[in-house]
Amino acid sequence: MYDGGKIIIGLIIGIGLFLSPFFYNAGKAAKAPEPELTAMAKEAKVCVAQKSYMRESHFTMLDEWRNTSVRDGERYYTAWDGKKYYKSLQVTCMDCHSNKTKFCDQCHNYVDVDPYCWDCHIVPEEKK
Amino acid sequence: MLERAIKGTHGYWGWLIFLLALMGLGLGCYLYQFFEGLKITGMSRDVSWGLYIGQLTYFVGVAASGVMVVLPCYLHDYKAFGRITVLGEFLAVASIIMCLLFVFVDLGNPVRIMNVILYPSLKSILFWDMIVLNVYMLLNIIIGWNVLAAERKGVHYRQWIKVLIYISIPWAFSIHTVTAFLYAGIPGRHYWLTAIMAARFLSSAFCAGPALLILLCLIVRKVTKFDPGKEQIGTLAIIVTYAMILNVFFFMLEVFTAFYSQIPGHMHPIVFLFKGLQGHGNFVPWMWTAAVFAILSLVLLIVPATRRNEGTLTVACIILIIATWIDKGLGLIVGGFTPTPFHTVTEYWPTTPEMLITIGIWATGFFVLTILYKIAVSVKEEVAA
Amino acid sequence: MGVDRREFLKIAGYAALFGLGGKAAIDILAPGELEASMQGIPLTQGKRWSMVIDMRKCLKQQEAGKDGCKECMIACHREHNVPDWGNPKHAIKWIWQDKYEHVFPEHPNQFIDEGVRHKPFILLCNHCLNPPCVRVCPTQATFKRESDGIVAMDMHRCIGCRFCMAACPYGSRSFNWGDPRKAPKELNPDYPTNRAYPERSMGVVEKCNFCVELVAKGELPACVQACDKIKVHALNFGDLDAPESNVRKLLREHYTIRRKPALGTEPNLFYII
Repeated sequence: MYDGGKIIIGLIIGIGLFLSPFFYNAGKAAKAPEPELTAMAKEAKVCVAQKSYMRESHFTMLDEWRNTSVRDGERYYTAWDGKKYYKSLQVTCMDCHSNKTKFCDQCHNYVDVDPYCWDCHIVPEEKK
Repeated sequence: MLERAIKGTHGYWGWLIFLLALMGLGLGCYLYQFFEGLKITGMSRDVSWGLYIGQLTYFVGVAASGVMVVLPCYLHDYKAFGRITVLGEFLAVASIIMCLLFVFVDLGNPVRIMNVILYPSLKSILFWDMIVLNVYMLLNIIIGWNVLAAERKGVHYRQWIKVLIYISIPWAFSIHTVTAFLYAGIPGRHYWLTAIMAARFLSSAFCAGPALLILLCLIVRKVTKFDPGKEQIGTLAIIVTYAMILNVFFFMLEVFTAFYSQIPGHMHPIVFLFKGLQGHGNFVPWMWTAAVFAILSLVLLIVPATRRNEGTLTVACIILIIATWIDKGLGLIVGGFTPTPFHTVTEYWPTTPEMLITIGIWATGFFVLTILYKIAVSVKEEVAA
Repeated sequence: MGVDRREFLKIAGYAALFGLGGKAAIDILAPGELEASMQGIPLTQGKRWSMVIDMRKCLKQQEAGKDGCKECMIACHREHNVPDWGNPKHAIKWIWQDKYEHVFPEHPNQFIDEGVRHKPFILLCNHCLNPPCVRVCPTQATFKRESDGIVAMDMHRCIGCRFCMAACPYGSRSFNWGDPRKAPKELNPDYPTNRAYPERSMGVVEKCNFCVELVAKGELPACVQACDKIKVHALNFGDLDAPESNVRKLLREHYTIRRKPALGTEPNLFYII
């Protein structure tokens, strides 16, 4: 191998740089935020699906909702308990969860996702 | 073979840095467009496509024209073109890259571009255009690269490459036909709704592309030790001549149908482009420039003495490229949108950022082309030495 | 695998287990009564929505007021959060006015009746039976609803290629050249005007949706409601597929014209002149 030494040194520096964010941030994990419920949400007790499902897969459901309501015209969702809901992020979800900053944004910021829902859907007015 | 691209003269590096600077400028303007929206362009609700889609159309033609060196070489066993097929193929690759970039910068929602593949729509010509363009680019990369590698080793290329070459020939015609179908199948846009659109596209491609290739061959001869050959350039010039005659002829057919039938819808776009309509005529000087250049280039090409003289041939090629570019890269799009569905005229002219983005993409194309040609020419110089 | 579908399969599976037929399974999934009460029958049952515009009534009302009548346009653009850009090149139009000669350019007539010459006609998407915009869309972001024929837009999917704008021979499609939220504030003081309806993101195409969201609830489109409210009744919305519907009755009794019928797009908008 020509210039073997140089290549190996270069590789080490390269890998070191690549891994540096991990070393830099090691042990500094921020505490996962807990979504806050509004009084209305607490009172309702149940969401459109089980809490564990909503926590892990609300985006799957929202994706399904937007496709079926916009494209297939199926505007109502029957929940596990037989209750019916109008499929709408803006009107149904955010009616109960009107505290977007504490309910949505906290977690989205924590896991660093930036859903483009709010490019079009109107954010509820929150009391400061 | 790639390493040949990083060994070059000061001139080579200076040229690449110049192109990189233009690319940077274009990228900067694109970021501005990305955050502010397409309102920074000259396009409007009435003329909803402009310079970008015009460039897409023009460079699909340049890409397709690679077949004009491949076809004589492989189907007619015209050996002389064997020297320059790779130049045609690499020109096609660089052109398609430009095309894809022009589509990309024209999108309102570029981050969703994969939706075209996620939700394939077989009835949409744009879906098929994407397929044929990408496959054509791959074919040319694979063919060009393998044939060049074989040439370097002094062996014959593999048999499967030959199969790909035969596929690439009709494929070249298909890319420009499909691109013409983008326009020719739309009801209510009279300038586009014509069965001869694909034929016009192919004829203008087969004159503009080889004309560009002639200029590139002359540059290669000047700046490197590789000479693409006098015979090769002469044959290309004949191809350019016939294709340009057809191109002008096909356009005159459009003019006849429009003005002898006297159907207003057919006449209006042509009147707008060459005379102005309802007091709007910002394309008139451009279209007449194109017309005069087209005729001049034809004279220079048809007269054997001026076609064979490389000085006058260069002039002919340059003005032919300008003429076809105005016709296809500018007039075709705006003519299709004029008059509007309400028979009014909305003027279009590209804005400065729009032009800089366009220049940035041209620079990107030339950057890719320079590197590919550098590799090809270096290999050819080595083989000759 | 979607939630709805998964849910469906689960119930269908149980139903099969207990030896129930398809009908019974569907009944468990969606009890008939509830469905009906929530979806406002019969307006939701149209198979081919269309509109008959009585221009005689419309023009009469327009001439009555000093600045004409803009009720339908105001109502629609408020309902759907359509901003005013102040620049005709970037205008978003769902329902708008243009003069007769521009609306029917293929009917040139130098000596036409003064009753229509230069008169402002109402324009909106034709919801064509054979829509070229749908044919050209590379992502199916615009599509024709099989159930009722509405030509709809899926704003989540549109990539903004604007092929549909080139294909539409009626100028019924508008592109968001900029972010609607950045539209001039002085022109849009109370934007967004309807907090129950979304806005749009930059770079998507939009158009009249025949108020699909209102029709689903059993209400008439916003423009029709606005016109009815001032008791003009120039806009008539109904099902072209039902022989006894209001629109079919109007078409039987009046001579109507459509825009650019020669193009074969089969518009579902009719004008009584």
